[in-house]
Amino acid sequence: MKKLLALSALAAMLASGTALADTSGKKIAFSNNYAGNSWRQAMLDSYGIVTKKAVADKIVGAADIFTTADKEVPTQAAQVQNLILQGYDAIVINAASPDALNGAIKQACDAGITVVSFDGTVTEPCAYRVVVDFKDMGKQEVEQMAKFQPKGGNLLEIRGLAGTSIDDAIHAGILEGVAAHPEFKIVGSVTGDWDQTTAQKAVATILPSLPDVVGIVDQGGDGYGAAQAFAAAGKPRPTIIMGNRQDELKWWKEQKDKDGYKTWSASIAPGVSSLAFWVAQQVLDGRKDIPHDLLVPYLAFTQDDFEAALPKIKEGGVATHEYTQEDALAAIKANIK
Amino acid sequence: MRPEMTAASLDATARSSAERGALARARLLRGLLPALSLALVLAAIAWLNPRAISYFGFSLMLNLAIPIALATIAQMFVISGNELDLSIGTFVGFVGCVTATWLKDAPLIGVAILLGSIGVYALLGALIHLRNLPSIVVTLGMSFVWQGLAILVLPKPGGKAPDWLLAIMSFKPPLIPFPITAALLIGLVVHFGLMRTSYGVILRGSGGNPAALKRAGWSLLRTKIVLFALAGLFGVLSGMALIGITTSADANIGNGYTLLSIAGVILGGGEFVGGRVSPIGAVIGALTLALAASPLLTFMHIPPDWQVAANGAILIIVLAARVLISRRER
Repeated sequence: MKKLLALSALAAMLASGTALADTSGKKIAFSNNYAGNSWRQAMLDSYGIVTKKAVADKIVGAADIFTTADKEVPTQAAQVQNLILQGYDAIVINAASPDALNGAIKQACDAGITVVSFDGTVTEPCAYRVVVDFKDMGKQEVEQMAKFQPKGGNLLEIRGLAGTSIDDAIHAGILEGVAAHPEFKIVGSVTGDWDQTTAQKAVATILPSLPDVVGIVDQGGDGYGAAQAFAAAGKPRPTIIMGNRQDELKWWKEQKDKDGYKTWSASIAPGVSSLAFWVAQQVLDGRKDIPHDLLVPYLAFTQDDFEAALPKIKEGGVATHEYTQEDALAAIKANIK
Repeated sequence: MRPEMTAASLDATARSSAERGALARARLLRGLLPALSLALVLAAIAWLNPRAISYFGFSLMLNLAIPIALATIAQMFVISGNELDLSIGTFVGFVGCVTATWLKDAPLIGVAILLGSIGVYALLGALIHLRNLPSIVVTLGMSFVWQGLAILVLPKPGGKAPDWLLAIMSFKPPLIPFPITAALLIGLVVHFGLMRTSYGVILRGSGGNPAALKRAGWSLLRTKIVLFALAGLFGVLSGMALIGITTSADANIGNGYTLLSIAGVILGGGEFVGGRVSPIGAVIGALTLALAASPLLTFMHIPPDWQVAANGAILIIVLAARVLISRRER
C-alpha cells in the first residue's frame, strides 16, 4: 500500500512537476444537494469508497459528506457557508443551481477554499468544473436513434429536472441532433425528473394524445418508466434510449432475449464524484496548471457490451466507475492540451 | 365565530387587574419562548463549533436567514387574518427572477412589475374576502402561477443582482454583523406597526374577532386587502434580499420558503387562528429555523444517510418544544 502511495505520489510529481504540498492534513468536504434517486445514491457510494481509502492511506486528512434535506438553493448556500466556518480546505460540490450559489462559492474562494463542482456545476470563475459533455450526449442519442430507426419518424422527448443546466444541455444536444436528422420529429415532450415513476406517470398522461412514436430520447432514469407506460397502454414498444440504470439495462436484456430489441444507453457515471475529489486533492497538492473547466467523457453502453456490465450494477442502482488518482491525472492532462 | 368569543387584545381591558397580571406573565413567557429556543440552538452550535461564534461566523450563518425572516413576516400578516399563504415561496422565487433580470436591466419596469405583484396580492386578499374562498386553495393555485411566471422570466438559472442590492446585502457594519442588525430592524419596525399602532390592533382584530370589528364599523375587506398587500410587500423584500445574497437567480430558488415561513410564525409564538402573532417572535423563529436546519446539522457530523432525516427531526424537536412549553401557559 505504502509503495503504491509512493508511486502515485511520484506519478503526481512527474506529471505536474510542481507538486509541492503534502495533502495528508487537508480536509475535503462534499456538499450534495439531493440524495433521492439511484444515480445520486451510486454517486455517494462511489465517493465514499474512494475517499475512505484515501483517508485510510493518509492521502487526505478527512473527507466528509454533507447532504441537504431538500433540493433548494438557499439551503445549499447556507451549507457551503457552514463548511467555510468548519475550516475545510476544499469543497467538492454537486450544486442545486449553476448561478444562484455563486455568492456562497465566492465567499468560499475568498476564504482560501478550493471549490470543485461536478454534475451540477457552478459558473463562479474561481471554482473548478468537472463537466460531462451532456450536449454531445443528447446529440449522440439522436445519432444512435438514426441507426435503429433509419426511416425516421416521431420522437417523444423526456426532459429532466426543469431549470437545471444538465436538462438544458441534453435538450440542446437533442435539438441539434434532430436538426441534423430531419427525418425525425419531436411530437411531444414531458418532464420525467430523471425518475422512473415520474416519467411513467408523465408518459402515460401524454400517450393518448400522441401519434405513433418510433423512439424516445431521454435523459436517463426515465427509460424504464417510459417502457412501462407504453406497455400499460398496449402501444407498440418504441426504441427507448436508456440511461445506464440497472432496471433499464435489465429490461433491455429481457427485450433483447425475446426478440433482439436494440437500443443504446448513456449517462454520466456517478463515480465522477470521485474524479472531482481527486481534482480537489491535486489542487490542494499545489498544482497550478489545472484548467478550471475539465471535460470528461460520459459512460455509454452499446448492444454488444451492456450485458457484461449488467451483473456488476447493484439492484436498483446505476452503472458507475470509480476513478483513481491516475485517472484524474490523465483527465487533467487531456484537458491541458 | 360567536360574538362573545372576543380576542385577547380587545377584552384585556375588561378583566380585573389580577387576571391581567396573570395574562401578562403568560404573555411574557410566550414572548420569551422563541428567544429561549434560539439561545438553545446557539449554545449547541457554540459547543459543536466555537469558531462559528464570531463576527465572521454570524455573518455567514445568518445572512440567509434574512430572506427567511422577511418571508416569515409576510406569512405572519396573512396568518393574522386567519388565512394561510401557500404561495409565498414561489412568489419569493418570482421576485428573485425579476430582481436578477428586469430590476437590473430596466429598473423602472422592474419596480413596476414588483409593485404590480404587490397589487396582485392585495387583489387576492379582496377576492378571498368577497367570494369567501378558502385562502389555502387560492394561494395554492397562485403558487403555480408564480412558479410559471418565474420560469417565463428566467427560463434557465442566471441573471445578476443589481449592484446596489449586492452592496446592501454585503454591508459590513462595525461590531454587530449585518444579519443581526437587519433582523433587529425588521422585528422592531413590524412590531411597532402591528402591535403598537391602533390600525395594527384593527388588523389583528380582523383575525381575532371579525364579527366585533364589523359591528364597530370597520371594513373587513380593507383589513384583508392591507394584510395581503403587506404580505406581498415583505415577499418582495424577501426575494430581493435573497438575490442580494446569492447574486443570481433560479426559478426554484424560493420553493422551500412556504413551509419554513409557516413554521417560523408558529415557532415564534403565533397561532393559526385568532390573530395571535408576534413579529419579533416570528423573526426569532425564522433565525432559529435557519440555524437549526443548516449550521447545527453540518456541525453535528451525522452520517450522510441520516442527514435528511436528522434535519426533519431537529425541526420537529424545536417545534414540539414550543408546543410543550406554551401548553403550560393555559
